[in-house]
Amino acid sequence: MSSASFERGYHAFKEQIDSSVAAYFQSCVSCGMCAEACLFYTETNNPEYTPIYKLEPLRKVWEQEYTLWGWLKSSIGLSRKLNDDDLKQWQHYIYDSCTLCGRCSMVCPVGNDIVSMIRKAREGMVAAGHAPEGQIGASKRAVTIGSPMGVKLPALQAQVRHIEKDTGLTIPFDTEGADYMVLLSSMEIMNFPEYLEAIARIMKQAGKTWTLSSQAFEATNSGIQIGSTDIARELVSRVVNAAESLKVKTVISPECGHAYTAIRWEGPNLMGRSFDFKVKHIVEVLDELRAQGLLKTEGFEEQRLTFHDPCQLVRRGGVVQQPRNLMNMISEDFVEMPDAGMMNWCCGGGGGAAAIEEAEELRTQAFMCKKNQLDEVKADALVTACANCRIVMEEGLEAYDMDIPILGLTELLAEHLVEEN
Amino acid sequence: MSQKTIGASLRSQGISRRGFLKFCAATASMLALPPAVIPQIAHALENAKRQSVIWLSFQECTGCTESLTRSHAPTLENLVFDLLSLDYHHTLQAASGDAAEHARELAMEANKGEYLLIVDGSIPTANKGYSTIAGISNIDMFHEVAKDAKAIVAVGTCAAYGGLPKAEPNPTGAVSVEDLITDKPVINVPGCPPIPMVITGIVAHFLTFNTLPELDSLKRPLSFYGQNIHDRCYRRPFYERAQFAETFDDEGAKKGWCLYKLGCKGPTTYNACATAKWNEGVSFPIEAGHGCIGCSEPDFWDAGSFYKALSVPLSGTAQAAGYAVAAGAAMGVAAGAMNMAKRNSARKTHETVSIDDLEREQS
Amino acid sequence: MNYAEFLIWVRGDAFHWSLAIFIFGVTLRLLEIILIGRKANLAEKRGSGVAGGIRTIFTRFMPNQAVLPRVMHTLVAGYVFHIGFFIVLLFFAPHVALFEAAFGFGWPALPNGVIDFATIMAILGLIAVLINRLRNPVQRMLTGFGDWVAWFVTLLPLVTGFMAFHHLVEPYPLMLALHILSVELLLIVFPFTKLMHTFTLFLARYYTGENAGHRGVEI
Ligand code: SF4
Ligand code: SF4
Ligand code: SF4
Ligand code: SF4
Repeated sequence: MSSASFERGYHAFKEQIDSSVAAYFQSCVSCGMCAEACLFYTETNNPEYTPIYKLEPLRKVWEQEYTLWGWLKSSIGLSRKLNDDDLKQWQHYIYDSCTLCGRCSMVCPVGNDIVSMIRKAREGMVAAGHAPEGQIGASKRAVTIGSPMGVKLPALQAQVRHIEKDTGLTIPFDTEGADYMVLLSSMEIMNFPEYLEAIARIMKQAGKTWTLSSQAFEATNSGIQIGSTDIARELVSRVVNAAESLKVKTVISPECGHAYTAIRWEGPNLMGRSFDFKVKHIVEVLDELRAQGLLKTEGFEEQRLTFHDPCQLVRRGGVVQQPRNLMNMISEDFVEMPDAGMMNWCCGGGGGAAAIEEAEELRTQAFMCKKNQLDEVKADALVTACANCRIVMEEGLEAYDMDIPILGLTELLAEHLVEEN
Repeated sequence: MSQKTIGASLRSQGISRRGFLKFCAATASMLALPPAVIPQIAHALENAKRQSVIWLSFQECTGCTESLTRSHAPTLENLVFDLLSLDYHHTLQAASGDAAEHARELAMEANKGEYLLIVDGSIPTANKGYSTIAGISNIDMFHEVAKDAKAIVAVGTCAAYGGLPKAEPNPTGAVSVEDLITDKPVINVPGCPPIPMVITGIVAHFLTFNTLPELDSLKRPLSFYGQNIHDRCYRRPFYERAQFAETFDDEGAKKGWCLYKLGCKGPTTYNACATAKWNEGVSFPIEAGHGCIGCSEPDFWDAGSFYKALSVPLSGTAQAAGYAVAAGAAMGVAAGAMNMAKRNSARKTHETVSIDDLEREQS
Repeated sequence: MNYAEFLIWVRGDAFHWSLAIFIFGVTLRLLEIILIGRKANLAEKRGSGVAGGIRTIFTRFMPNQAVLPRVMHTLVAGYVFHIGFFIVLLFFAPHVALFEAAFGFGWPALPNGVIDFATIMAILGLIAVLINRLRNPVQRMLTGFGDWVAWFVTLLPLVTGFMAFHHLVEPYPLMLALHILSVELLLIVFPFTKLMHTFTLFLARYYTGENAGHRGVEI
C-alpha cells in the first residue's frame, strides 16, 4: 500500500505550478492588501493569516524549481529548501485558516488569484499527508459510502417517502430524459429535507420533468475541499456518469457553493472533457423559471430579510443578480448587508473548513465579520443559498447569542408558490 | 627679453592711461575680483616686467593661436603682446629654422625657472616620429622646456585634455600636458578654441599676484570656468517650460527655443561663452542657433554626437540591446523549455492519490 | 578618472551593459514564466475569457472599494509614488529625448516645475511606502531582502535626479553621471527582484481575469 510522503507532496507542488502561479508569485509586491480582505486576518490581526503567506511552501518550490535565479540562490545556500516541518506548520494556514472564499483574489493590486493557488497548494498538502483529519475522514466517507456525512441511499429514500407521504407529490428517481437531474448535499438530506420538498413543488408548478439519481445524489465534493484532483475526479465522475446515462439536459447543483464549483467549473477539467449536459446552480434555474414566468409566487414576507451570498456563487461563480431577483419576488423589506454581493464576507466555514474540528475556535473568531455585517442591517432573518453556509452560520450565531433564523432561498420561494388547483 | 616695464612699453606705443585702466577693469571683472583691486592690478602691471613666454605648438590646428590673435578690443591685441614677451612661437615669430630654435634656447637660459610655458596641441606618445619640430620630437622638446618653466599653461582642449587627436581611437597615443607633468603648476585653458580674454586674464593675474588663479578640479581657472553654460544661457526659460527646437529651421528654432534636443551640451559644459561671448561680445554659438558642443570639457569628441540630446546614451546602445534580446530569448527559451518539461514530466509521473494515501504510514 | 570621463563611461559602456542585463533578464524571466504552460479550461464558458483578461488588466488599476478604508495608507502612498515616478520617467524633457532616440517617436514633455513637483511626490510616496512597510506587521513579515533592495534602487534615481536637477552637487556633470549610474543600478537589479511586477502584473491580471471572464464573473 502506498502512503503519503513529503516527496509526493513536493512532486505535487511541481505538478501544480503553471504560468499563472509563476506570474502571481513574481508579481506580488508584498503590499499586504490581501490580508485586509481575509476574514482570518481581519478578525485576528495575526499576520500569519495573510493569504499570500499561506502559500510560502508553493512559492519556495516555484522559485527553486522554476526560476534560474532561485535555483542559483538555493544552490549557493542563499535560500533554504522546503522541508516536511514547513508543511506541517502550513497545514494550519492552508486549511484551518482558509475557506477558499476568494476575497483575497478580488483586492490584489497586481491581480493575483491567490485562492486559486491555495486550491493548488492543497494538492501538495494532501499528497504529503498534511491534510486535516476531519477532511480526510470526509473524503474517505465520500468515496466509500458516497457522501461525506455518511448518508446512504436508503436514508435518502426514507426521507423521500416521508415527503411523498406528507405532500402527496412524487419524487422521481432515475427518470431518463428528464429536464433536470437534481443533486443534493448530505447537509440537506439530513438537516433540511424541506429543500427537496420545495424542489418538487416548484418543478411541478413549472411543469418541468426532473429526477434524482440513485447512483449519484450527493453533490458535495470532498475532493475539491481537501484538494485532491484524483478524489475529486472520482466523485465528479459518478455524477457525470449518472447524468449521461439518464440523458438529462441539465444537472442542478444544490444550495451549496463548493458543489457548484466542483461540478460546474472544475468538473470538465477533472474529467478532461466537456459535458453533454448543462450544469446550473439551483438559484440560476429558479431565476430562469422566474424570467420565463414559470415561477409564480404570491404574498410577501413581512419580516426584514437579508441575503448572504455564498462565496463560490458570487466571486467564483458569477451568480450575483439572480438571488436578488428572487428575493424581491417574496420580500418587501429586503436589505443588503454592507459588502453584499461580490465582496460578501464568508460564513467562515467554506472550503471544507467546517469539517476541521481543531479550527472551531478560529472559525468562531472569524465569524465576527459576519456578525458585524448582520449587526449593521438588523435583519429579522437571514436567507442564503448554501446549506454549508447555513450550518456554519447557525453555529456562529449561537456562539454570539444572536437570535436570527436562517432560511434557504429555495424553501422560502416554495412557501410563496401560487397553489394550483 | 625686453627689460622695459609694461607701463613704459604701453606708453611708447601710445596707449592712454584711460585705455590701460579700462583693460585692468575688464581683467578684474573677468577674474571675478572686486573693483577695489583695479588700482592694484594697474600698479602691478605698470611696474611688472613683461613676462617671458615660450609657446610650444604640438599636435594642433593653430585654432588657438588664431583665437588669440583675434582678441577683440583692438588695443587688446597689443596688450597681449605687451604683457608678454613672446620669446618663441613658431607660427608667429619672424625668425625661422635654426634662428628660431636658438631664440628658444636663449630665452630658456636667460629666464631659467621664471619663464611661462604655454602649450597648444596634444603630445603623441605612440611614436616619437609622429610630430617633430626642427627634428626634435614633441615629447622631447616639451620635457626640455618644461624642466625650467615656472608654470605651464595648457591652452586649448588638445593641450589641456588631449582634444581631437586623443579622440577614439587615439591613433597617435596623444596625451595632455597634465598627463606628463606632475611636479609643476599646470593651468588648463580648454576650449576649442578657448576665449582669448581668458589667456590674457590668466597672465594678468599671474603678473599682479605672482600666483596662479584658483582652479577647479580640472585645473581650469574658476573665474572663467566656474560658470555652467546652461545656467547662464538666455534660452534657459524655454528649457524650463519644455519648449524645444526640434530641427534647426522649425518654428521653435525661429522663436529661439532651447536647443537641448538638437544636442546642446550646455548643461555639462563650464565656460564663459554665455557671459563673455565671442567676437567682441557679439554673440556665442547658442545665440547663433547652434547648440554648445561642450568644447571646454575633457573628451568632448567622445561624448556622443553633437546633434543628439545629452540624455541619449552613446552609440552602441541598439546593438547592446539587440544582443541582449537575443541572448535573453535564447536563454529564456531554454529555461522555459526546461520548465515546461519539468511540469509535464511531473504531471506524467503523477501518482494517483487514493483515499488510502491520505495519511502517512505509521512506522 | 575625471567627471567628464566618468560621464562618458556611464553614458556609454556602463549604460550598454546595464541595459543589456536588463533586457536579457526581463526576456529570460518572462519566457521562464510564459513557457511553463497552462491547462486549457474545458468548462463550458459563460463569458469571454480573453475579454475578461483584458478587462482585469485595466480594472485592477482601481482599488477595490470594499477594502479601501483598511488599505488607505498603502494605497495612497503607492499611487503617489507610482504616478509621480511615471510622470518624471515619461515626461521630463531629457527623458523624452531619450525615448525618442530609442523608439523613433516622442511625445510632448512637461514643464520642469511639474516634473520637480512630481519628483518630490514620488520621493515622499516612497518614504511613506517605507514607513508603512516598517509599521504594518503584514508588510513587514512579507518583505524580504530583495524587496528592501528594490525600494532602495528605486529611490536612488529620484534622489540623484533631483540633486542633479537642482545642482545640489557640483560639478553638475558628476551629479548627472551619478544619476545615470543609479538608473543603471536599477536596470541591473530589476529582473532579479519584485520590480519585475512592472511587466508580470499584466500576465497576472490577464490570467486571473481570463479565468473569471470564462466563468462570467466580472472582477
Ligand atoms: S480565500 Fe478567503 S479565507 Fe482563503 S486566504 Fe483568501 S480571503 Fe482568506
Ligand atoms: S495583495 Fe497581492 S501583491 Fe499584495 S501581498 Fe497580497 S498577493 Fe502580494
Ligand atoms: S540651449 Fe543649451 S545651454 Fe541653453 S538652455 Fe538649452 S540646453 Fe541649456
Ligand atoms: S558654446 Fe560650448 S562649444 Fe561653443 S565655444 Fe563655448 S564651450 Fe565651446
